[in-house]
Amino acid sequence: MTTTPAQPETPGYTFSQERGPYFGRFGGRFVPEALIAALDEIAAAHEAAMADEGFLAELAELHRSYSGRPSILTEVPRFAAHAGGARIVLKREDLNHTGSHKINNVLGQALLTKRMGKNRIIAETGAGQHGVATATAAALMGLECTVYMGEEDTRRQALNVARMRLLGATVVPVTAGSRTLKDAVNEAFRDWVASVDTTHYAFGTVAGPHPFPVLVRDLQRIVGVEARQQVLDLVGRLPDAVAACVGGGSNAIGIFHGFLDDPSVALHGYEAGGDGVETGRHAAPISAGVTGVFQGARQFVMQDEDGQTIESHSISAGLDYPGVGPEHAWLAASGRASYHPVTDAQAMDAFRLLCRTEGIIPAIESSHALAGALDLGRELGPDAVILVSLSGRGDKDVDTAARWFGLVSDADLVASEAERVADVPENTEGSGW
Amino acid sequence: MGPSTTGAAPRTGTAGAAIDRAKADGRAALVAYLPVGFPDVDASVEAAKAAVAGGADVVELGLPYSDPTMDGATIQRAVDVALARRTRPVDVLRAVEAVASTGAAVLVMTYFPPIDRYGVDRWAADLANAGGAGLITPDLVPDEAADWIAASDEHDLERVFLVAPSSTDARLRSTSAACRGFVYAASLMGVTGTRASVGAGAAELVRRTRAAGTERVCVGLGVSTPAQATEVAAYADGVIVGSAFVQRLLEADSTAAGARAVGEFAQSLAEAVRTG
Repeated sequence: MTTTPAQPETPGYTFSQERGPYFGRFGGRFVPEALIAALDEIAAAHEAAMADEGFLAELAELHRSYSGRPSILTEVPRFAAHAGGARIVLKREDLNHTGSHKINNVLGQALLTKRMGKNRIIAETGAGQHGVATATAAALMGLECTVYMGEEDTRRQALNVARMRLLGATVVPVTAGSRTLKDAVNEAFRDWVASVDTTHYAFGTVAGPHPFPVLVRDLQRIVGVEARQQVLDLVGRLPDAVAACVGGGSNAIGIFHGFLDDPSVALHGYEAGGDGVETGRHAAPISAGVTGVFQGARQFVMQDEDGQTIESHSISAGLDYPGVGPEHAWLAASGRASYHPVTDAQAMDAFRLLCRTEGIIPAIESSHALAGALDLGRELGPDAVILVSLSGRGDKDVDTAARWFGLVSDADLVASEAERVADVPENTEGSGW
Repeated sequence: MGPSTTGAAPRTGTAGAAIDRAKADGRAALVAYLPVGFPDVDASVEAAKAAVAGGADVVELGLPYSDPTMDGATIQRAVDVALARRTRPVDVLRAVEAVASTGAAVLVMTYFPPIDRYGVDRWAADLANAGGAGLITPDLVPDEAADWIAASDEHDLERVFLVAPSSTDARLRSTSAACRGFVYAASLMGVTGTRASVGAGAAELVRRTRAAGTERVCVGLGVSTPAQATEVAAYADGVIVGSAFVQRLLEADSTAAGARAVGEFAQSLAEAVRTG
């Protein structure tokens, strides 16, 4: 299958060269003036770092010896048999240290934090993967770390809260708004405004004000660069399609970037359709949102007629976000990539199928992409090669999945959760941890 | 824009004119912030009128927004209530009209997404028709504000952008040039809310902002007591108080008591800015 070779709006550039602050009409910096100097500082540090062979070598060494790169490619024929026989290969970001693609970004941003002479790092997290990765990098590099997490998500992802605390981070449950990822972002911004002299905000995805979308993308594009060569090595040609889940969109941008300038490769992003976009209970701003300004950038966002953010819904905490990165908005608007909603039920069916056919428990986020790949395979036929970003592993989602499939009783889950949370001190400072 | 962009032709009902009148009295202006819709729309109008009666020269009416990243817990609590009661931009316009009818200069303090969604041109026209003086935009810097700058020029509205202690001199100059009415100096790096002391860097920021070519500078964030108002009035053209007013509404056991408390507090601040 070939895509229409849409073109970026900046003359003379290819898609992969766009560096913000705008991607087409999306992006920008809709933030308080107090943060402009810090954003300028990060932008300058980022550009300098990307041109600094010493920085790149240090990061590459961390990838190799700490997080486990390159991540492998796994072909999944028994899973693919349910997709019309197309060949499906998974880019195994779930095998990275900390269990997801998030570590790619955070190792880079932690190095930048040190480069900027700051000693504290803050982050927001939804499912906890970015929080765990940030806490990990902070521990590794001796940085103080605070992670903001919606209270609802601390409940859904108690095990990751425990992980972050074990790693020495302070986890702050956010009780404002919907108590999910967007509110954690707001709270992290509030912290940052007051602490910017000493603190770097390690934004977790390709959203937010410039330069975060391009910074995080540069740190995640290693996924696509590796995968492109690995697919060539495995099948002797480029894939026909690349599939990835899209919340804020960091794993998808990471893998898409290896193929943005390959017009024969179709790029498919899968948003969280929740109960179905027609119900209004979803997290699919590209499929069913509007163009607007949200958390620092012009993008697609779930907004009501008054410009108020509509609370998103997804079984996956990591995708439960009402906005999406501006580069995705641009790729969608330009036609270079296409985006589709996948319901909770479809994602969970794909989750179970991968468990049963291949012995891999995926993250629920990634299961949205797996569901998309099943549809793509049936559409493209048995000769197609589909590359899927397996952006995280499902350990953190076992409780959610167990409830969904009715594998254990609610009472048992509640008891085990309470015991686990009780075992971890609320505040680890000075507690001997 | 001309060279005296912060000093647009004075007319009754603008913040610039109100600040100039205060200056002519040898004092700083008092700017009071209250969110529309808390505890409800009518009560917020009554509270704002009470602030004017108590001596506020300029009123900032807040347009409630779901993700107020520049606000601390006090204002966020109030705004949550306003949104839960479905306070809409049209309610804000109604409130502007009601408060402007007192003769006070009324600015709308708003995050950009609701205005962007409403339509910048349409909003500017409707705000001007309602008698509003202009906008304060905490998350919209001049770099991103081309549409709003054009619309505010067309409708002769004031546009108040913020400067912060972290602003470079170059940004102080460009932001000052983009403002009409006054420049809002954030006293410290942080969000709204009462604090024990006003940021130590506020006076220096005002000095730097004046040096950047600004005619009128008002100071906000963390100003919550008459003593702090007196302190700030000594070096700024206006003193902006928000969370401390909202706190009085939060603590009141009736809307009437809330408006009364706001009026009394405004009176004590109005006296304080006269001794600065």
